[in-house]
Amino acid sequence: MKILVPVKRVAALEDDFRIRDDGLDVEDEYLSFDLNEWDTFALEQAMLIKEAATAQAGAAVEVVAVTIGPDDADEVLRACLAKGADRAIRVWADAITGSDPIAIARILAAVARRESPGLIFAGAQSADQGHAMTGVALAALLDWPHVAVVTALDYGAGQDRANATRELEGGVLQDVDVACPAVLTIQLGINKPRYASLRAIKQAAAKPIETPTLSELGIGADAIGPAGSASRVRRVYIPEKGRAQLIEGSAAEKAARLAQIIREYKAA
Amino acid sequence: MTVGTILVVAEHRGGELRPVTFELIAAAQGVRGRTGNPGGRVAVAVIGAKAAALADALKVDGVDEILTVETPQAEFDAEVTEGVLGALLAELTPALVLIGHGVDAMGYAAALAARHGLGFATDVFKVDVQAGALVATRGGYGQKVNVELDFPGKATVMLALRAGTFKLEPAPAAPTVRSVAAPSVVSRARFGAFVAPNSAGDVDMASVDFILSVGRGVGEEDKVEQFRELAQTIGATLGCSRPIADSGWLPKSRQVGQSGKTASSCKLYIAMGISGAIQHLAGMKHVDTVVAVNTDANASIFSVAKYGIVGDMFEIAEELKKQFA
Repeated sequence: MKILVPVKRVAALEDDFRIRDDGLDVEDEYLSFDLNEWDTFALEQAMLIKEAATAQAGAAVEVVAVTIGPDDADEVLRACLAKGADRAIRVWADAITGSDPIAIARILAAVARRESPGLIFAGAQSADQGHAMTGVALAALLDWPHVAVVTALDYGAGQDRANATRELEGGVLQDVDVACPAVLTIQLGINKPRYASLRAIKQAAAKPIETPTLSELGIGADAIGPAGSASRVRRVYIPEKGRAQLIEGSAAEKAARLAQIIREYKAA
Repeated sequence: MTVGTILVVAEHRGGELRPVTFELIAAAQGVRGRTGNPGGRVAVAVIGAKAAALADALKVDGVDEILTVETPQAEFDAEVTEGVLGALLAELTPALVLIGHGVDAMGYAAALAARHGLGFATDVFKVDVQAGALVATRGGYGQKVNVELDFPGKATVMLALRAGTFKLEPAPAAPTVRSVAAPSVVSRARFGAFVAPNSAGDVDMASVDFILSVGRGVGEEDKVEQFRELAQTIGATLGCSRPIADSGWLPKSRQVGQSGKTASSCKLYIAMGISGAIQHLAGMKHVDTVVAVNTDANASIFSVAKYGIVGDMFEIAEELKKQFA
């Protein structure tokens, strides 16, 4: 069987940054990039299933990482390959610019139709924009069942149902037994993601990354970009600073003021 | 925009409405007020086996109609919710659908939006009408910027609103109640019983008044101990943010935030090395006095803190210990 893991190269803002002149995003130069943290847990979950199947000499499991993004996004696919993904796919075209998570999910759905995985593990949300949409939208576009915010999973390769635990507000847990193929969105803490060895990182650098075109995937221009999106960014701005009153001085002076706050509270 | 119907989706769990439901009603009233279209109606849908039993609690000012949809499933089921709301979209053609940005919504809303071509945004904390168009505001890049979205060409827009943002003082009223037949949906998932978190044998973070909480800034497991000692020295209960509990450095029962505990009795909260992910803020932003210690002056924890210390948590901890020696 195959497990598809859609991943995202997420952006973090440095301490100082500037809004772009068109007011629609932040200037690129102030961004640093990484593999979305939620996706590292999703990939790890796929790897655990693959390794369990291998150990039991069961059916082979192929783990395929996929991302939607320009050339630079190869780095997150290489990170997945270094951690043990078997194959990596990246889809990009200029027409994808301006796609929201629903439009991205349409491209992922086309990839999933080609790959026919038995399961898809997506991160429950992205660290940068936190829409928490892509995985569940993908499930709908494939007409697959889905479980969101999964913190535990009982599944052996090839089973026709998966037993997932979703995590609700306040730490309440609920088992959800779902028919496969299915999309699960994976929450932080479901496992302990591995680090790649230096050797694996070197080997991953030489592995091929498949780059199917939109026409090969059968995706029309109206399905992606602004036309295929559920929303449009009209303005990005820096919110007014919060009300924190800064405590200044040396570390000792700051601690002294903090101690005073604590003592005043206790005396009240 | 002209608003025909605003559809609010009531959230309930264990036979009780969740408070976010009334926040959604407040937001619906706000939008209706700003459209200058008092003819708009606010309909609240309740979906579940005992939907009718929850209708009374929804008879509040600002609601024109309560729609009860009784399903075989008592509790939330993603595919059932999608099916029922799909049918309601067809019947009501609402201009706006308001839902809570919680775990249930994460489980169905994007699917509904993708299937029906809705305008859609999540974790929205401001809804406005500007030049006749609906504008939703959410955070971006870890809440360091605000992002305004609009929805050109979308007949129906669904917004998942951040809990704790919109306030309603529910005043009793007498909206109409109508039972709507549920479409037949065969769910491919079986949602089981709820299991409350096991915090037996540990302190209840919801009941303590003074918390010292540590986050990712603590860096490694063997550094946690010095903060445990510091908490004891200053008379605080040690708490943490999600990554610390996920790593197993502190028990899950110590986690403050959306998926952990709400620090509901807390009056003084010292956050050290916590950047302030929205999920953490949900558990502590209401606390009277929050003191944040973080090396990043732009960390979003400072936006909810009363006092901020930009600095190294270990240095401050060391100096604070001396103050109580």
